[in-house]
Amino acid sequence: MIDIQGLHKSYGDLEVLKGIDLTVKKGEVVCLIGASGSGKSTLLRCVNGLEVYQGGAIRVDDRLVEAERKSIRDIRTRVTMVFQRFNLFPHRTALENVIEGPIYVKGEPRAEAEAYGRELLARIGLADKADAYPDRLSGGQQQRVAIARALAMRPEAILFDEPTSALDPELVGEVLAAMRQLAEEGMTMLVVTHEMGFAREVADRVLFMHGGLILEEGPAAEVLGNPQHERTRDFLGRILEHG
Amino acid sequence: MMNFLTDAQAYLPILLRGAATTVGIAFCALVIATLFGLVLALIRYSGNPILSWTSRSFVNVVRGIPILVQLFYIYFVLPDWGIDLTAFQAGAIGLGLAYSCYMAENFRAGLEAVEDGQIEAAQSIGMGWGMTMRRVILPQAFRTVLPPYGNTMIMLLKDTSQASVITVAEMTFQAKMLAASTFENLTVYTLVAGLYLTLSVPLFILASWLERRFGKK
Repeated sequence: MIDIQGLHKSYGDLEVLKGIDLTVKKGEVVCLIGASGSGKSTLLRCVNGLEVYQGGAIRVDDRLVEAERKSIRDIRTRVTMVFQRFNLFPHRTALENVIEGPIYVKGEPRAEAEAYGRELLARIGLADKADAYPDRLSGGQQQRVAIARALAMRPEAILFDEPTSALDPELVGEVLAAMRQLAEEGMTMLVVTHEMGFAREVADRVLFMHGGLILEEGPAAEVLGNPQHERTRDFLGRILEHG
Repeated sequence: MMNFLTDAQAYLPILLRGAATTVGIAFCALVIATLFGLVLALIRYSGNPILSWTSRSFVNVVRGIPILVQLFYIYFVLPDWGIDLTAFQAGAIGLGLAYSCYMAENFRAGLEAVEDGQIEAAQSIGMGWGMTMRRVILPQAFRTVLPPYGNTMIMLLKDTSQASVITVAEMTFQAKMLAASTFENLTVYTLVAGLYLTLSVPLFILASWLERRFGKK
């Protein structure tokens, strides 16, 4: 459902994506790993039309992603995004954050949106926080609300941009659990992460990025357990040392 | 003291008539300044380089010219080009335009204080620019803008006195006329100072109420 061909992206003279080919099928969970600066977040942001790309093509359900066209809005309602720093709307409660898109973008009746919003909050274990403002929630709770906000659009896929990197270590687990649950329910997910445990257990495929290219890809067990490329071995060695 | 009180009794009705005009012109100018200032700030914030440049240039040109000179220009020069305004209209428009630039800078500071991630979060659920502004950015900017907005409002009220030079019959104008004909400078200007202060007090109270009600905790 997400199809990327020969993607090139530069900031001025700096080329950060040097020809990416990637297909994500419906229901698939794909994890992108790699050092910071390898281009994995940029790739994700291109898919959501948050960055303009210079070469190649990204298609969502055969529709071209063009950051500066109005069509991007419709694509974004089908492929939503969860950010590293949560980016909840601070002036709205948890429930209001979740129902904002359904009501104002998709035009759903408020009662219906609220019912579904409460159901989503309950599913991620935050039913009792519906009326809390983000500054009253822990980082882990905020990120789970952000996941509910992404889900409320009833998307076909969700992009996760290092969803646990800004969290205190003891809060990482609850967010990963929510993501794991989503994966089990069959959601299509493209996840940029440093959580190798999550990638190993949940991902259908793992891609290792380095220097703007995908150097290695395959089933999680293979890429993480028996990496073929030296750079992948290097990277995994360093991560495991510290992790 | 007795003299002061009897004089005050005689002058107060005239000054109060001026005060009504002061409030009227301040209100009209505030509406113009707020709306136009918001437009200028949004244009500047839009990210379009040409629009942004236009807004910035306008603000700098208007900020760089004294309000007095702007009022003279609107009242005395524009009629040469067929734009004939009453003194009140010229005063309200002149003050409104001048203050729209201060307001624009206030609003811009508020808009820029909102985290970048908020725009992306709004976009990521399919919002367009207008809805992103209305539902996400402006409500957050509003809180940051309140304290400087209240301050600018009070400055504007006092600057309406400058409209006296283009014959708007507001409070300072009436005071000048009274003082010139009675030579009771002390009485007249003490009264006027007191009246301006009296007009400002509700604004102080309003500003601090707005801050408590909507501002950041």
